[in-house]
Formats: sequence, C-alpha cells, structure tokens
Amino acid sequence: MIEIDHLTKAFGSIKAVDDVSFKVAKGEVLGFLGPNGAGKSTTMKMITGFLPPSGGTATVAGFDVQRKPIEVKKRVGYLPEGVPLWPDMTPRAFFEFIARVRGFAGEEAARHIDAAVKKTQLADVLDQPIETLSKGFKRRVGLAQALLHDPEVLILDEPTDGLDPNQKHEVRELIRDMAGEKAIVISTHILEEVEAVCSRAIIIAHGKIVADDTPAALAARSDRHNGVTLATDAAATVRPALEALPDVAAVVDAPGGALFARARDGKSIISQVSAALREIDAEIDQISVERGRLDEVFRQITNTPSSHA
Amino acid sequence: MHNVITIFRREMSSYFATPVAYVFIVIYLVLTGLLTFHIGNILDRNQADLTAFFTFHPWLYLFLIPALSMRLWAEERRTGTIELSMTLPISQGQAVVGKFLAAWCFTGIALALTFPVWLTINYLGEPDNGAILAGYVGSWLLAGSFLAIGSFISALTKNQVIAFVVAAAICFVLVAMGSTIFLDFLNEWFGSGVVEFFRSLSVVIHFTEISKGVVDIRDIVYFGSLIVLFLFLNVIAIDRLKAS
Ligand SMILES: Nc1ncnc2c1ncn2[C@@H]1O[C@H](COP(=O)(O)OP(=O)(O)O)[C@@H](O)[C@H]1O
Ligand SMILES: [Mg+2]
Repeated sequence: MIEIDHLTKAFGSIKAVDDVSFKVAKGEVLGFLGPNGAGKSTTMKMITGFLPPSGGTATVAGFDVQRKPIEVKKRVGYLPEGVPLWPDMTPRAFFEFIARVRGFAGEEAARHIDAAVKKTQLADVLDQPIETLSKGFKRRVGLAQALLHDPEVLILDEPTDGLDPNQKHEVRELIRDMAGEKAIVISTHILEEVEAVCSRAIIIAHGKIVADDTPAALAARSDRHNGVTLATDAAATVRPALEALPDVAAVVDAPGGALFARARDGKSIISQVSAALREIDAEIDQISVERGRLDEVFRQITNTPSSHA
Repeated sequence: MHNVITIFRREMSSYFATPVAYVFIVIYLVLTGLLTFHIGNILDRNQADLTAFFTFHPWLYLFLIPALSMRLWAEERRTGTIELSMTLPISQGQAVVGKFLAAWCFTGIALALTFPVWLTINYLGEPDNGAILAGYVGSWLLAGSFLAIGSFISALTKNQVIAFVVAAAICFVLVAMGSTIFLDFLNEWFGSGVVEFFRSLSVVIHFTEISKGVVDIRDIVYFGSLIVLFLFLNVIAIDRLKAS
C-alpha cells in the first residue's frame, strides 16, 4: 500500500532523511521509531505530500506522491505532529469542513462524521471551540479528522504524545481496532506502544533505517533475551550453581535482591537453570524468563548508527 | 470548484466566528463616514455625486485591507494548520483562490454596508446612479487588488505584523504613484512619457476613471491582471515556503 523507495530529504547540509526504503502492506501497523530528530516526521511529511523529497519516491496505492499528489491525499488520513487545528472552529464545523473536502455531502457526510465522533468519543465537546479543548480532546479531534473518510492508509505522527495513560490506552485500542483493513504507520518514541499495537517496527537514526523487524524479534536482540530472573534467599548457593552452567554468560544482581542470569548468545537457558536449581534443592520464591527489552535494543542500535547502517 | 467553495465557506464562517468581521466593518464604516462627511464635506459640495466618498477609498484600503489580509497565510504558517490544509486533497491554487474570494466577498459586504451614504445623496439630490454603481465596482476591484497583494505577502512570512507593514507599504507605493505631487515631480525631471507610464500603473488613476462612471475595459483588465498576478505569486510562495 505504501512504498518508499530511496527517499531522501536534505535541509541545507543536513540530511534529515537519508536513502530510506520500505514497504507497508494492508493489515500492517508499522511503528516508526527513532530518537528526536531522527527524521520520522520528515519522512511522514514526504509520504503525505507536504514536503517534496530531495531524492527517491514515495508511492501510495500505486500513485507517486510527486506526480499524483491529490490521488495520494485522497487515500491517506494524516495526523501531523503537534496536531495543528483551526482554533476558532468547533469540532462539528471542522468535521463538516473535512467531510466536504473528502467529497461527502448530506446523509453520507453525517454518517462519516458520526462514526468518527463515536470512535474518538467526542460527542460531548462537538460545539465547543477547539482552542478551549484539553490536549487529549484536541488530539482526538485530529484523529477523528484523519479517520473520517475511512482511508486505506493512516499516517499518525506521535498520536499519543502528551496524553495521560488512560487516553494513551484508548488511542491504542482505536488503532488496534482499525488494523487489518488499513496500512497504518505510527511514529513514536514510546517503546511499550510499539509492543502494544505494532506488527512491525522500523528504527531510524540520523535519517537512516537501522532496524526493520517485528517488535518481538527486535526485543530478542537484547542481551537480556532469554535471561532468567529469580528471587531467592539462598543466593550464596544458587549463584555459583548458575555460573557453572555452560549457556549462562554471567550472573548479576537484580533489583530487590534478586539474581539475573544472562544467557549466552540469547540461547534458551530456562531448562538448564531449573535442572540446576532442582539439583541443589534451592528454595525459589519467584522465577521468570526475560523476552528482552525493546528500550535497551533501541539504545544499543541508535547510539551506534554507523555500525548498523 | 467544489473545493474552492468549501474553503470559501470555512473562511467566511471564520470571519464571523471571531470579532474580526465586526471590528473590521465598524472601523471601516466609521472611517468612511468621517472622511466623507467631515473631510470630504460631501454635503457642502452642492453636487449630487459620491466623489467625496470614493476619493478616500484608496487611502482607507491602504491600511484596512492589509489588516484583513495579513492573517490569511501567515497565521496558517505560524500555527502549522498549513500542514493540514496542504495534505488534504485540495490543490494550492484552490486554497489560494478560496481564501481570496472569501476575503474579497467580505470586503464587498463592508462596502455594501455604506449604502446609507448612497441613500443620503439620493435623498438630497438626483445623482447619476450609474456612475455611483461604477464607483462601487471600482472600489471593490481596488479592494480585490490590495487583497491579492496582501495575501501574497502574508504567504511570505509567519509574522502578521511584517505581513501588514510590507503589504501596506506596497499598496502605498501603488497609490502614491498616481498622486499629483509625485507626477508633477516626474514631469519636471523626466518629461511626460515617464509620467504616462507611472499613471498607467497607478491604482488611483484607474480607480478614478472607473468611479467617474466610465467603465473602460482597460481599467478592468488592469485590476484583473493585478489580482491574477499576485494570486499566482501567492501559489508559488505557498509551494516554496509552506514547510519552512
Ligand atoms: N523545515 C526544516 N528545516 C530545516 N531542518 C529541518 C526542518 N524540518 C526538520 N529539520 C531537521 O531534520 C531532522 C529530522 O527532523 P524530524 O523529521 O522532525 O525528526 P523526528 O520527527 O524524528 O523527531 C532534524 O535534525 C531537524 O532539525
Ligand atoms: Mg517528529
């Protein structure tokens, strides 16, 4: 549905986006990750036809955004970063305007507006000027605008930024509900969000893609992947027993007096560990296997972009 | 066309959703009244026409129109809503024309609300109402030209104050080019050929011609070209500067 091919954007001497290529198919929710200034927003602005690329192409549903901008814009719902909205309009007037721009009139417009308002739970504030709404409501107005025409492609730039935990949860539910029939790209630097809603994650740093994988596979790159955390009073006997295991790389102290056994090369060590614990008959209060931490992988990857680029 | 109308409607309702419309109309009417009746002494002229009324329009528009046009694009660029506008399936030309037409119609409404002046003069004498209608058309075309200039300037900056000052300065130059002081000065130094050139470029000369009641196609073409030229520059400016 979306095809990005060697996309590049230079601002003077800064390459904000540097030779980025990827595809997003229908049914995918792509998490676009990267530290601030990595080039996420710039990439989205090029896909949505706001910024012309310096090189490469962005194609949506077969239309090149440079050649057929209107065709692309018809098929895309876009929530720009920071959610710019006309402050003196009410959400109702705003949605009526958007519906008209999207080519709906009368009954059909009302149906689309109702559906978007219902999804974003905005019914109570429809007649209040947008400038008087709280940040959470404003973001929902922006989202409703993006969803109104039920587009094939959704591009959401930091859709949960600045929301409280409940609002974040609602927005994620909304995105999850829509997955399946659309190609969705969301940018974020909140990693739990990626694990919560994305089927795939691309990490970019300094304008370049440094990783492209499922969230689980990315997390598995963590050196904590398959490590075992255990809480025990018999740390003195448990620690050497674990250290003796061939696939345990190291045993370190974990918060709360627990121990953490790091797996060698990410191998599964849980069966070895439990066998060893049975052998020494140690009393264990709690034991868990780590899947790895996305935030750690993110740090590893984005701090050393040159080695992965 | 559908998109132009959609933009037009949104812009129009935004004028009346804020105090902008009312403040503009009140100031416009008060100033026209003051200029026409006190400085123009329309009642003491013993002539049944609206010359005293129309003479001041270029000078009035010089700062009132930039006050209206300054926000057209500068505001969208400052708040970032231009990113929303420009990622909807609307072309830049449609957006520029829609916004311009709304502002132009709005000045038309303000202009139409000066009808008591017309009623007064009809009550007191028997004016040439055809000439008066021509005067209104000329005044509206003048307002449109200044709006197109102001809209273009507004697209060049995020700062409304700058947009206002620069647009007012350009309008001032266009008005001053037709003033007697300037033309006399040119005549002394450069001769009548140069004078004719500047006369033909000045908005005031064309406006005066129309408001005498002679609607010459050349005057219409003059204002039409100004509007088209600056709206075209406006589209280019948006295209180049929207994201910076
Ligand atoms: N209009 C612009 N002019 C100049 N530099 C810009 C502009 N927009 C973005 N940049 C630069 O491009 C880089 C990428 O920015 P951005 O895409 O906003 O990053 P992200 O969204 O990942 O935080 C940054 O270094 C930023 O300063
Ligand atoms: Mg960003």
